[in-house]
Formats: sequence, C-alpha cells, structure tokens
Amino acid sequence: MSNTILRMEDVTMQFGGVVAVNNLSLEVNEGEIVALIGPNGAGKTTAFNCITGVYEPTNGQIFYRDEILVANYPQGKMKKLYAGENAGKYTKVVKRTPDEITRMGIARTFQNIRLFSSLTALENVLISQHLHINSGMFSATLLSQLPFIKSKARKEEEHMYKRAVELLAEVGLEQYKNEVSGSLPYGIQRRLEIARALATNPNLLLLDEPAAGMNPQETRVLTEFIVEIKDRYKLSIFMIEHHMDVVMSISDRIYVLDFGKLIAHGTREEVQNNQRVIDAYLGVAEDA
Amino acid sequence: MHDFFYYIQLLLAGITVGSLYALIAIGYTMVYGILRLINFAHGDIFMAAGFFMIFISATTSIYVSLPIVLILTVILGVAVERVAYRPLREAPRMSVMISAIGVSYLLQNFATYYTGGLARPYPVIPFLTREVTIGSMTVKALTIITPVLTVILVVALVLLINRTKIGMAMRAVAKDQNTARLMGIKINNVISVTFVIGSFLAAVGSILYFSNYEQVTPTAGAMPGLKAFVAAVFGGIGSIPGAVLGAYVIGIVETFIKANNDYAIFSNAFTFALLIIILVFRPHGLFGEKLTEKV
Amino acid sequence: MKQKRYLLYSLLLAALIIAALIAIDNSSLKSSMLSTILQKGVIYALLAVSMNLLNGFTGLFSLGQAGFMLLGAYTYAILTIPVEARSAVYQYFDGGLVQFSVPVAVGIIAAGLVAAIFAFLIGLPVLRLKSDYLAIATLGFAEIIRALIQWNTLGPITNGSNILRKFPTFSSILFPFAVSAVSIGLIVLLIRSSYGRAFKAIREDEIAAEAMGINLAKHKMMAFCTSSFFAGVGGAMLAMFQQSVQAKYFTSAMTYEILLIVVIGGIGSVTGSIISSFLFVACSEWWLRFLDAEHYIGNFKVPLLRAGFRMVVFSIVIMVIVLFYRRGIMGTNEFSWQAIERFFKNLFGRKAMIKEREGGGVE
Repeated sequence: MSNTILRMEDVTMQFGGVVAVNNLSLEVNEGEIVALIGPNGAGKTTAFNCITGVYEPTNGQIFYRDEILVANYPQGKMKKLYAGENAGKYTKVVKRTPDEITRMGIARTFQNIRLFSSLTALENVLISQHLHINSGMFSATLLSQLPFIKSKARKEEEHMYKRAVELLAEVGLEQYKNEVSGSLPYGIQRRLEIARALATNPNLLLLDEPAAGMNPQETRVLTEFIVEIKDRYKLSIFMIEHHMDVVMSISDRIYVLDFGKLIAHGTREEVQNNQRVIDAYLGVAEDA
Repeated sequence: MHDFFYYIQLLLAGITVGSLYALIAIGYTMVYGILRLINFAHGDIFMAAGFFMIFISATTSIYVSLPIVLILTVILGVAVERVAYRPLREAPRMSVMISAIGVSYLLQNFATYYTGGLARPYPVIPFLTREVTIGSMTVKALTIITPVLTVILVVALVLLINRTKIGMAMRAVAKDQNTARLMGIKINNVISVTFVIGSFLAAVGSILYFSNYEQVTPTAGAMPGLKAFVAAVFGGIGSIPGAVLGAYVIGIVETFIKANNDYAIFSNAFTFALLIIILVFRPHGLFGEKLTEKV
Repeated sequence: MKQKRYLLYSLLLAALIIAALIAIDNSSLKSSMLSTILQKGVIYALLAVSMNLLNGFTGLFSLGQAGFMLLGAYTYAILTIPVEARSAVYQYFDGGLVQFSVPVAVGIIAAGLVAAIFAFLIGLPVLRLKSDYLAIATLGFAEIIRALIQWNTLGPITNGSNILRKFPTFSSILFPFAVSAVSIGLIVLLIRSSYGRAFKAIREDEIAAEAMGINLAKHKMMAFCTSSFFAGVGGAMLAMFQQSVQAKYFTSAMTYEILLIVVIGGIGSVTGSIISSFLFVACSEWWLRFLDAEHYIGNFKVPLLRAGFRMVVFSIVIMVIVLFYRRGIMGTNEFSWQAIERFFKNLFGRKAMIKEREGGGVE
C-alpha cells in the first residue's frame, strides 16, 4: 500500500495568451520512478517549475504528501476561462517559495545545467547543506572558525564538510572535489548537479532531462546511477526525459504531455502502443 | 498668497524643465531598450555639448556653432559606444555598467581639467533668450520654444521608429537581438543609430537648458542625467512616450517643490522617491511590458 | 601541520606591521604624507571590502555606499561631540538636540548599527529588484538620505547643511588599522562560513540557489545589512580622519570611487580590495600629484601637465582596466601563504626539480 508523495490537481499555467500547462493532474507514489514525456514545448519543464514554486500556477493545487505546496483559484481575467465545474473550486490561496519547497523535501535539477560554475564541486555540494543549518549568522561567522574553540557551530561546519566529501565519494566524484565545477566535463557536471540536489536530503527528486546531450554509453551509466541513488537514498523520482531508452528501462509509470495537456498515462507497454502518443511525436499524416 | 499668474509661470517653467529632461530621457530609454544598459555617461554627454558650445562660439558665430555642436556631440556619443560599450557586449551586465560609470567619471574629470573647474558662462543665443510678452506675463522665448521643439522632435522620432525601415530594425533589436541578427539586421549599425539619435537630442537639450541656466560646470550633467533616467524608468524603460511623460511629471513637480523654501532641499529627493515608488509597485513602469524569465 | 606554520607566518606579519606602525607614530613621520596615506588607505580598504561583500560576493549591484557611509559618519559625530562643544558646533540650532556624548567605541558601533538599520528598511522593498534597477534604487536612496540630513528641520540633530566638528579623532595611526583589521577579519570569516557560501551561490545563480533551499530575501538582506554596517563603521572612521564631516561631500562620486577600487582589485577578492585601496590612495594623494603641477624642462613647459590632469590620467587607467583587465589585480584569488611558498620554491628549487625529473623513474 504505497503513499502518494506528489499529487497535481487540475494545474493550469497560463502566460498571457499561451496556456503552457492545461488542466494537468498526476500522481507520484513513494518509491516510484515516474517519467513525464512529450514533444518539445509540451509544458514539461513548466510543470516542474509549478511544483518547485518557480511559477505560480494560474489554477489548481499541488500536494506533497499531505501538505499543500500551492493552491490557486482563477483570479481576475482568468476567471472566465474556467467558467464551469472548476471555477472557484479552491478557496485557499497558498504559495510557497522555492526554498521552502526544497526544505520540505523536494529537490531538482535543471534542463540547462545550473551549477554554481565558478565554485568547486565541493562548494556546490556544501551549499546544498546550508538549508539545514542551525547556527545563526553570528555563530557561524565567529564561533565556527575561531581556532581552539570547539563549539556547536564548529561541529556543524565540520559535519557539513564531512557529509559533502562523503556524498561526492558515494556518487563517484571525489577526485573532482576541488575542481572548478564549470570546467568539468559535461557528463560529470550533470552527475554533480544530481549530487548537489541529493545533498539537500530530499525525499522526492525531480530530474529535468538528466540524459540530455549524452551518448548511449553515458546514458546507460546514468540510468544505472538513477536506480542506484533511488535505492540508496530511498527516493521517489519524477523525471522529464526524451531518451526513450532511459524512460522505458526504469520508469514504473509514464505520463505523456502534448501542448500542455495530458494525452496518455500508464505503464511502458500501454504508452508505447498508444496511438495518440505516436501521433504527437511523429505528427499526423496530411491525408487520412 | 501668490496670484494665478505666479502659478502659470511656475507651470511654464516646469514644462520647460520637463521638456529638457524629456530630450535626455529619450536617449536613456532607447539605449536601455536595445542594450539593456543604463548609460550613466549620457548626462555627461549633455554636459560636454554645453562646453562644446562655449568653446566653439568663442571662435565663430553662434549660427555656425550650433550645427557644429550637434555634430560633435553625436561623434562623442558614438565614440563612447564604440570604445567603452561595444567591447563589453558579451560581458556580464555589471561590467558594462561599471564601464559606463567609468566613462562618466572620465568625462567629468576631463571637463574639470580642461576648464579649470570653474563655471563658464554660456553664450547668449539671441533668438532663444529674448523676451516675449504674453498677456501680462513676460517670459524668455525659450520657455515657449522648448516644449514646442520637444514635441516636434518626439513626434518625428516616434514616426521614425514606427514608419521607417531603420525604425523597424531598432524595434526588432530591442525585442530580440539574436533573432534580429539572424534576420540580417546589422546590429552595430542599429546601435550606432540609437546613439546618434540619443546624442543629438541631448545636444539640442543642452542648448536649450544652458541658455536658460546661463552657465556650465563639469558636474552639470549628473543630476539632469539621473533625473532623466528616472523619467525613463517611470514611463516604462524602452517606451519613448513613457519617458516623455515621466520627464514632464518630474519637471513640473520639481519646479513647484523648489519654489517652496522649506522643502526646496527635497527637489532632487522627490525624483528618487518617485523612482523607488515605481520600482516597488510597478517596476516595468507605466507603459512598459512585464517580463518573465525563462527557467 | 601546514595550518600551524601558516598561522605562525600570519602572526609574524601582523607583529611586523604593528611594529612599523608604532615606529611611524613615534617618529617624525607621524604627520607625513606616508601616515596620511596609510590611514586613508586602511579606511578605504574597509569600505572597499564591505562593498565587495555585497557586490562581489553576493552579486548585488548596489550603489548606495555613500549613503551608509554618511549615516555612519554623522551618527558617530553627533553622538561623540563633547557636550561643552555643542553650542559652538550647533550654533544655528541652539546647541542642538543631543546633549550627551558617548565614548568613541560606542560611537563607532552605533555608526554601524544605524547604517544597518537603514539598510534593513531600504532593503525590504529594494532587494528583490533586478540588478540595474537595484543599482539605481540604492543610488536614489543615498541621495534621499543626503537630502534628509541637510534638511533644516532636522538641523537640531544633524546641524543641517553645516559642518560637524570637534568630535574625537585618531590619536594614533594604530587605531584605524585596528578597527579595519578587526572589521575586515569579521567579513572574511563571514565569507568563509556557510552563509558566505550561500552568498556566493546567490551571485552565481539565484534560481539554483533558491532551488537548493536558500531563502533569497533573507540572505540578500543579511549581506546588505552586514555590508552597510561596515560601511557605516568606515564612514565613522572617515569622519575621524578628516576631523570634520559635511553631508554635501558624500555624493555618488564617492560610491563610484569605491566601486572602481573594488573593480581594480578584483571583484570577489578581499586581498585585491585591500591592495587596490592603498594603491588608489597612494596614487591619487601622492604619486600622481606631479601630474597636476606645471613642470619645465629648461625653458620648455611640458604640455598637458596642470591641475586636474592627475584625475584624467587616473580615469583613463581605470577605463583601461575595466576594458582590458576586467578581472582586476587579483581576479577572485586571495592571499595565501601556500601560494607564496610555492612561488619561492619555484624560484630557488628549479635546479632540484630538474635533477629530480631526469633521475626519476616512470610515473
């Protein structure tokens, strides 16, 4: 009996005249690997951005376990678009900032790698531990660094450092720890970005096209890596991916998006044989 | 209390000042629209135009000096772009802004050096400074000429932007530089034209401004420049009508504040208070577009 | 082991500096140009480092420095003018509102606190703006502060647009050095802490930083208030150095100077800011002075050299650095004993290294 770790209900994201995500509802259960696929521009990253608080959806609710991440009801000009059963469904408006959401247990990577490029790999991973810090600015500045004084702040700093080095070793990146992250090879950068997300101690990991730009060999290594970290860190994984080999080999369930709308959902076989999915990717023939 | 005509005169003075800020503000808003750069040096180009006039009119007649000053100011503006901004086009935004600050610093220091730091009297331009009587008021001719000239120039500019090919190119580059380049638009030319127009208007503005204030100092451009920039932000950076509207608001309100002795010290602060209010409540200005960043 | 050795080096260096300063203080050099430059240099060093914390390490392009320096300078002056002197200083305001005075140390800390409080209030609306707008907004606030202080109605507190003087000043050159050293030391410790890393993350990529759990508003405010606190302290020291303060001199030009010092030294390098501050002060007060005076070679007057030329040359140098040496003197590097040791090893160890390579085996 698995619990739902993420649930989106009727989420719509509208930018001016463009509806990027249209009435999207989906679920991720604990311990699953769920994939979100669809042609380019289908609204997948936008959906991620709604979950992580970067965008505030025009309508809908998103739940993490039992807590609301965001809940919006259509306001002002948007109201007439939702005339009908969904109009005014939610009376609460809840908004959280991305950092709050991360602190609740959701971490992510980005489509175009967003490492702290002039900082070292170690610093990147250290930064992700800052959110759990207990020392205030004064203790962290003074107490943790003055020599000969063993304070709580100092212990915390040492612990963060140790954890960062450990984590880098666990993902196989320890030799890069003092390298400037922006100068690392592409594949390593992608893995580092995942490591950085892991350092926030998440329960749900959102991966945005983790295999982008990789050759088949690298993709295979990444696929194994994803399963490995899921098991080792007890994660649930929700990923956007275009590499069908990755999607098909490890996803428990797949959601398919096209033009912002959900057009299919199910297991690998179900989705693979779904005509609508095939049409969306290949396009429909001119003459029927 | 003061009579009705006192307030009319204040209003006229405010409109005059507002027009001058408008001429400078257009330069800022155009450059920002295309390069996303706050050209801190623009106010100093305005100041330089003032000095050009002083030195050139010492050797030739006023009527010959006028066009020469316009040309020299344009050359200066384009030169600044070429030397200080173009090389940094790919650099982070902070670098270009620091470069603009550096240029401003250089222009002010050079002006101080060249002129010895003292204020220099501006030459009298007869057709601007002669007095004109309207009803029971006597004003300088330029109080009438300034707003009229400004409106003419602004209309001409808006027509240029909306009806000509170069105007379309400018709008394209302001919207999306890379795509414009792919469509074959020569970015460097468009940018140079932008600076030509901005510097030309600044030069015209300086002729009108200094004819009114009668002297030029090396730091004369800093405040008007900053205020013109606030006008541009208020109206919506990238929008020419917005910049003009903002300029008039600032010019008029400021003139009224200055007239009150107790609060005169705040005449400059008003501009900045306006800036902060607009940035906090409506950062894209009155007529600007809201931008969302793609993540 | 290395750590202990480096600590020793640092202590030795510190002792040397202190000894040198004491020597200067007790010798004829006390009122010399060298002493002036050292004092002004170390004050600017603090101002530059505090600005670097905000602009260079957190990536917040703020141009409000002069405003916070002004607040610090005035707070210090207002609180420390001896009670007997107040009626003379506040001659147009019946001796002024403040009729007590505090010790110097309290005055300096108050200077920092007042600046930090204003920073907090200003930061609330302003810190979420994009970089160019943040620059102009902070610049605007600095101007508003300057106008406020010169406002006649506040004259009983600030003395309006008149000079503030007769407050306690430096008795020894060690004083500014001590205050700056402690302040810069605190800033360095902050940068090296987890919070400092969070600041750097914000500079590198705000969106990623937020995604990694860093609350942008809170951390930006921390950086802003800390930077302003030390700008206030620096302002207080500037007041002590100049022995008088007047609001009208704290213009945006002062902020630009400090910004340029930071750029020359390297945005993101504390060492760079310190070095560049001393260089800047030395050049503008001393070394380039000759450019301002008329010089003759025989009967031939050297062209160009007259008052004001120094600043022109200076501005050109700055433009050259901004255009061609954007990373500044130190880039983002800091002073490290390790680097110095390596430098000397390379210098003297060449022969040994060559021998090793030739006689060495397969790697």
